[in-house]
Amino acid sequence: MSDIKKDRFLDFLRLDERFPHILCPGCGVGTIMGTMVRAFIDLKISQDELCIVAGIGCSSRVSFYLDCDTFHTLHGRTLPAATGVKLARPDLKVVVIGGDGDIMAIGGNHFIHTARRNLDITVIVINNFTYGMTGGQYSPTTPTYDKAATAPFGNVERSFDVCFIAKAAGAVFVARSTTFHVLHFKKMLELALSKRGFSVVEVSSQCPTFYGRYQGIGDAVKMLQWLKERSIDVSKVENPWTVKDKFVIGVLHDQQDVPPYTELYQMVRERARE
Amino acid sequence: MKQLLSGNEACAIGAIRAGVRFFAGYPITPSTEIAEYLSRELPKIGGTFIQMEDEIGSILCISGVAAAGVKAMTATSGPGFSLMQEGIGYAVMAELPCVVVNVMRIGPATGAPTRTSQGDVMQTRFGTHGDHPIVVLCPSSVRECFDLTVAAVNISERLRIPVIVLMDEIVGHMREVVELPTEVKVWQASRPKPPRDEYFHYDDSNNYDAPVASFGDGYRIHLTALTHRKDGFPLDDPEIIKWNLDRLRAKIEDNRSWLWDLDYVDLGAESVVVGYGSTARSVIEAKQQYEYKTGRRVGVLRLRMIWPFPAERLIGLLRSARRVIVPEMNQGQLYREVERTVNLHVPVVSVQRYDGEMLTPEEILSAL
Repeated sequence: MSDIKKDRFLDFLRLDERFPHILCPGCGVGTIMGTMVRAFIDLKISQDELCIVAGIGCSSRVSFYLDCDTFHTLHGRTLPAATGVKLARPDLKVVVIGGDGDIMAIGGNHFIHTARRNLDITVIVINNFTYGMTGGQYSPTTPTYDKAATAPFGNVERSFDVCFIAKAAGAVFVARSTTFHVLHFKKMLELALSKRGFSVVEVSSQCPTFYGRYQGIGDAVKMLQWLKERSIDVSKVENPWTVKDKFVIGVLHDQQDVPPYTELYQMVRERARE
Repeated sequence: MKQLLSGNEACAIGAIRAGVRFFAGYPITPSTEIAEYLSRELPKIGGTFIQMEDEIGSILCISGVAAAGVKAMTATSGPGFSLMQEGIGYAVMAELPCVVVNVMRIGPATGAPTRTSQGDVMQTRFGTHGDHPIVVLCPSSVRECFDLTVAAVNISERLRIPVIVLMDEIVGHMREVVELPTEVKVWQASRPKPPRDEYFHYDDSNNYDAPVASFGDGYRIHLTALTHRKDGFPLDDPEIIKWNLDRLRAKIEDNRSWLWDLDYVDLGAESVVVGYGSTARSVIEAKQQYEYKTGRRVGVLRLRMIWPFPAERLIGLLRSARRVIVPEMNQGQLYREVERTVNLHVPVVSVQRYDGEMLTPEEILSAL
């Protein structure tokens, strides 16, 4: 990395008092945040035209550290809040960041409806398969039979496939990556950020403090190895939606020519004036 | 120009006239006409209407709109208002100006959707978790639905708070011939002038009536409902927590004198009836009937703003009353507030009706 690029990177962080961050050693959120910043810089997204919307949870902390407009909302409510920002200021780039609990459990209804409306925003779902902030309880993406703070005898619920739900609900761009595949994740993020309409990037991430410990996977390095071994590129599978026990990474869905909500609502305004 | 309008329509018109350009809501009886009207009128003037997936989404959506500097409103009834409570708390804590209209129906829960009630008086005051004051306006007529919605939008903009317009089903659905004012005073917060590193979103100088930055203004603000410092960043230091809650309290406390909104007549009479919302209409009718029949005066005190409760003003105004009557379409919610805070050393009588029917002048007459 050249010095100029490094300065630009640091310029994107609220270095004055926000650091050191509160994330656990080995957490994947830092990798994700760094990758987000690099993608923003490479796509020339201005800090003054960017609004990061976060909920509550480990993922939401990203909103504290990035130097742009940041909206730390309620648990599960990122998407309606982001809807408001985007509709009030369509010129702003609105990026939602949330975890599997935030977006798929308490915010699940908002997720499917914002996808259905095709609001022009990008959602980054950090999937660490657990509620980290509250101490490792099972989430809607915790695999069946896994252990958790609230599933000491194993989780008997089936888990959600974030990308499958996003596609079914109407997202026009859906991709998956992991914190092991950093450059791949950056590419997926850049594609999502460049897409007009509702784009979703699920990034499987390590939580060595809780999820890794409860499953006996081990520390952050072992968890990254686990992410690597569990991942398979979309080009290597016949049907990405039927693969079991693997994270199919890559662009899983890319739909063209679906007008975003803001564009359609402009049509409503024109009709109303007639 | 005279027009025949319902309270719900007058409320929607008032919102537009006060500068509201965004409405997010979810259909619910008896408030839906507000959403329907605004879905038709807002796009004509470049505004936005969106029907959300639920009321939680509605309140968070207008919080986002407010954070981006556009005046926003939602409207609902009891069940939806219950769902909105955490979001209202968010708007309080993050200091986002917006208006929430609650057209009351019988509860709890689904209750009787088309039947009137004043059962949400205490919920508007204490519905969210945590301590904070709130402003709640209570119209009695179609014209007041217009006036008080305008006032609500202005107060929310001045104090950076959510303001609640508390209507009841009768006021919302009642039709009256009204003449709306050609001009209304509209408060618009200006954008701050200092450079980014000298601007603090929650500075002591900008708690109310001050320029405020929005998303996209280049100030790179951070909004959170965690207790925060003046720059918006979270801190749970006891001193900061107290500063946060004192700040919210000061918004109302410092402005009580101009916020209070009530009217009254004949307070020198032995009996004074305190009313609000559609019940106040029955109070006025009961006064006229009583005076015609007995030749004795009856005092009437009508609250157009129920929260902050004007206790200090009532103590002065009700000084010579020998008896105070508080009729309500609930089990005595504001009655307790009158008895508790006004502390008159005279009997305070609660007249209650909670069967979904209007509280009639006759019921007040029999209490007189």
